Amino acid sequence: MSFPWAQEYKPQGTVSKWVDERLPLPRLVYNAVGAGYPVPRNLNYFWNFGVLAGVALVIQIVTGIVLAMHYYASVDGAFNSVEHIMRDVNSGWFVRYAHMNGASFFFIVVYIHIFRGLFYGSYKAPREMIWLLGVTIFLLMMATAFMGYVLPWGQMSFWGAQVITGFFSAIPLVGEPLRQLLLGGFAPDQAALNRFFSLHYLLPFVIAGVIILHIWALHIPGSSNPTGVSIKGEQDTVPFHPYYTAKDGFGLGIFLIFFVAVTFFAPNMLGHPDNYIPANPLSTPAHIVPEWYFLPFYAILKAFTVDFGIPFTGIIIIPAKLMGVLAMFGSILLLFFLPWLDTSPVRSGHYRPLFRKFFWYGLIPSLVVLTYCGGKPPYTQWVVLSQLAAAYYFAHFLIILPIVSRIERPLPLPNSITESVTGKPLPAAA
Amino acid sequence: MSTVKKTKGTVKKPAVKKSAAAPAAPVAAQANASDNGHDGEEGSGVRRRDFIHVAAVSFAGVGAAAVAMPLVSQMSASADVLALASIEVDVAAIQPGQSIKTSWRKQPVFIRNLTPAEIEEANKVDVGSLRDPQTLAERTKPGKENWLITLGVCTHLGCVPLGAASGEVKGEYGGYFCPCHGSHYDTAARIRKGPAPLNLAVPEFAFISDTVVKIG
Amino acid sequence: MVRLVAFLVGLFFSGMLLLGLGDTVITAIKEPAVPTVEAAFHEETLPVSFAHDGPLGKYDRGQLQRGLKVYSEVCAACHSLKLVSFRDFAALGYNEDQVKALAKAWKTEVPSINPETGEPATRPAIPADKIPAPFANEVAARAANNNALPPDLSLITKAREGGPAYVYSLLLGYRDQAGYKNEEGKELLKEFPEAATPAGLHFNPWFANLNIAMAAPLAADDQVTYDDGTKATKAQMAKDVSAFLTWAAEPKMENRKSAGWAALGFLLVFTVLAWMSYKTIWADKKH
Repeated sequence: MSFPWAQEYKPQGTVSKWVDERLPLPRLVYNAVGAGYPVPRNLNYFWNFGVLAGVALVIQIVTGIVLAMHYYASVDGAFNSVEHIMRDVNSGWFVRYAHMNGASFFFIVVYIHIFRGLFYGSYKAPREMIWLLGVTIFLLMMATAFMGYVLPWGQMSFWGAQVITGFFSAIPLVGEPLRQLLLGGFAPDQAALNRFFSLHYLLPFVIAGVIILHIWALHIPGSSNPTGVSIKGEQDTVPFHPYYTAKDGFGLGIFLIFFVAVTFFAPNMLGHPDNYIPANPLSTPAHIVPEWYFLPFYAILKAFTVDFGIPFTGIIIIPAKLMGVLAMFGSILLLFFLPWLDTSPVRSGHYRPLFRKFFWYGLIPSLVVLTYCGGKPPYTQWVVLSQLAAAYYFAHFLIILPIVSRIERPLPLPNSITESVTGKPLPAAA
Repeated sequence: MSTVKKTKGTVKKPAVKKSAAAPAAPVAAQANASDNGHDGEEGSGVRRRDFIHVAAVSFAGVGAAAVAMPLVSQMSASADVLALASIEVDVAAIQPGQSIKTSWRKQPVFIRNLTPAEIEEANKVDVGSLRDPQTLAERTKPGKENWLITLGVCTHLGCVPLGAASGEVKGEYGGYFCPCHGSHYDTAARIRKGPAPLNLAVPEFAFISDTVVKIG
Repeated sequence: MVRLVAFLVGLFFSGMLLLGLGDTVITAIKEPAVPTVEAAFHEETLPVSFAHDGPLGKYDRGQLQRGLKVYSEVCAACHSLKLVSFRDFAALGYNEDQVKALAKAWKTEVPSINPETGEPATRPAIPADKIPAPFANEVAARAANNNALPPDLSLITKAREGGPAYVYSLLLGYRDQAGYKNEEGKELLKEFPEAATPAGLHFNPWFANLNIAMAAPLAADDQVTYDDGTKATKAQMAKDVSAFLTWAAEPKMENRKSAGWAALGFLLVFTVLAWMSYKTIWADKKH
């Protein structure tokens, strides 16, 4: 849109012209994801994951609407209605497994999308707004996924609701009343289940709305690229369609192969057996864990084991429980400040030797460790590991990144995208 | 079932549509033209390329259609609903002149033990003069002509006619009367007066013993 | 300013975590974790394989029918199977009349009301009915079982780590606790004298806390007489009923797998076509 050489939508035929003059929706699509959107020619496969995330959302919404036709949000009937879908509804098992695993694949795709942004500096000027909206989408996704997991009203559903709403009770003074407000009672029950269903149905559409803003914001500066070098001219770009639509079609095929393989051959691999036990408010499972995509945050929550206070006086300022909750939310909220923490003018990690080391040997391992430890029982070795990894996580974003971006000497950047691709400098005119 | 393969189809639809659906022809054309155009494509080359795009897009379309099938078919009656589709009713206790209302497929069913007078009255009617010509014999089982079993659903707009429970209005023809829009049915539950186009429907039924009837 | 605040917050969180790390290590040294009897003596599931394993596996109908017999004659005395209906037994290879007969002959009748008086009553089951539970409610179930609640078995193979292998292992896992040793040769009662099985419970190292309220349900060979002449050893019965319960938990498994293959095959072709299309479009664009 913002590039002067972008192809212009030319309606063919009377009907197209008639529509274009009255509601230029085809023009909008053409300019957003059609031939009218010039995109850097050097995007690698990591750039497929934005479209894939959109596809994953569509899968979730479509299967979710179908499930809602058969599900009922009642503490006595919810569990059985899910099993009714699995056993009696025509193809219900397929829809339910697709929805269940679709959530996991949505997170896989979005995590890769986020890491691409982190490595290639896609959060930097002039793309801060895209990043902020992206983090917002991520938060909405987490809320949606959590509430969706409560709906089958199995043991993990119930205790997940209990524990997650328990976070709020860590807040001084207002915590307990706030928790009762969220649950509509003293413990998760009919009121909570009903409102979670309502919100679980609502939030995906809110997400879809924020995605539209996300894409809108993207189209102001245009897509970033693996070199991080800004677009200099027409030779640096190709039209989104057919170049990237074709590439996304291929990426979609690969994605669906993985999705289908898990959905049809190991549908319960990513779930927890305890959620096939109906909720029992009187008995907590021996070992409760959230869904895998929340494990790093759960590990951070559990990693805070000492109170903050004045030594030797016994005065506690922030108890460990509250600190864990603050840190867990903080670990995501800090992403909002990332564009202002990393001040390096160079975007792509390719040209940032020091940043790259911390990214691959620090951030990624610490997140892997946190994910792994988050699912483990609180034995010493897992607690120590997650404390180490969590300490690194906060240090990475809040301390290391600002320092690195000051002291680092970036590698020389290519003059342009085209040069990085062809290896030839541009003609003199450019 | 084969339906399932479509999983991916759903997915495909949105993404591929954008890309591929905006058809192959322009795609190929652009690929050739917009790109530095340092080639004069052979005619056959262009056709082969087109074919690939068309094939990919068609495949995506087939996939999407295949996925759409279970997503629609899930709305049809589920196995537990179909399982209840037949019921067995013991009619021993119904005296001549009495009728009961029972429920089959969540719809009311009238089971009526006709008196000889009612049977005679029904048989007296000139079938040719009826809006929906049927004899009583056609609506009952041989040897069991006194057992009139019909759906209690008015063929006009689906209200439940009166006349099955004792004390209810039976209409001008002594059968059933639908209060919604004034349809009168006779003792064979045939439409005689009012807006309803057809006789009360007779469900599939069979006597599995002298007094037990299986409906459905 | 943002960076200063971030620096302080980062220092605080990381610092508290490192303090916590020190605390964890000191605690671990000062008060080392006490080994538990469960950690030392809980067993992994026994090796067992089923016809329905793997992406190509299908249920063995004969085995499912044998498993149903074990369930109905042994398990059903205490355990409900309330998500399964008699009509579902058609999938085990029974025809409509056989399903009807199975429903009618089921030992527990379906709760209903007397049509004359409205008093609670029971009636024989029909195919549309769910399998009636042996106990009217949880209180009745506990009262009849020494205050233990026999779990519903409809989803048991999906609700336990290990699935059918767990059920199989548990059924065959009853041992005499006196003198019981694990693979490392450690004797349980010598290592943990206080872990002797309490009265009323039964020692079973495949159960999470080693002591289970259920007495060994498969007590002897030939406890069930199979219609197809298969020798009903304990291991055979355990395996058959595990297979049956897998079916009960996942009756659509075969549809799922065959649909999965169709989907994968379709996607492979699509992906190859999409790849060719992609390569063709990018053919003269260096990137």
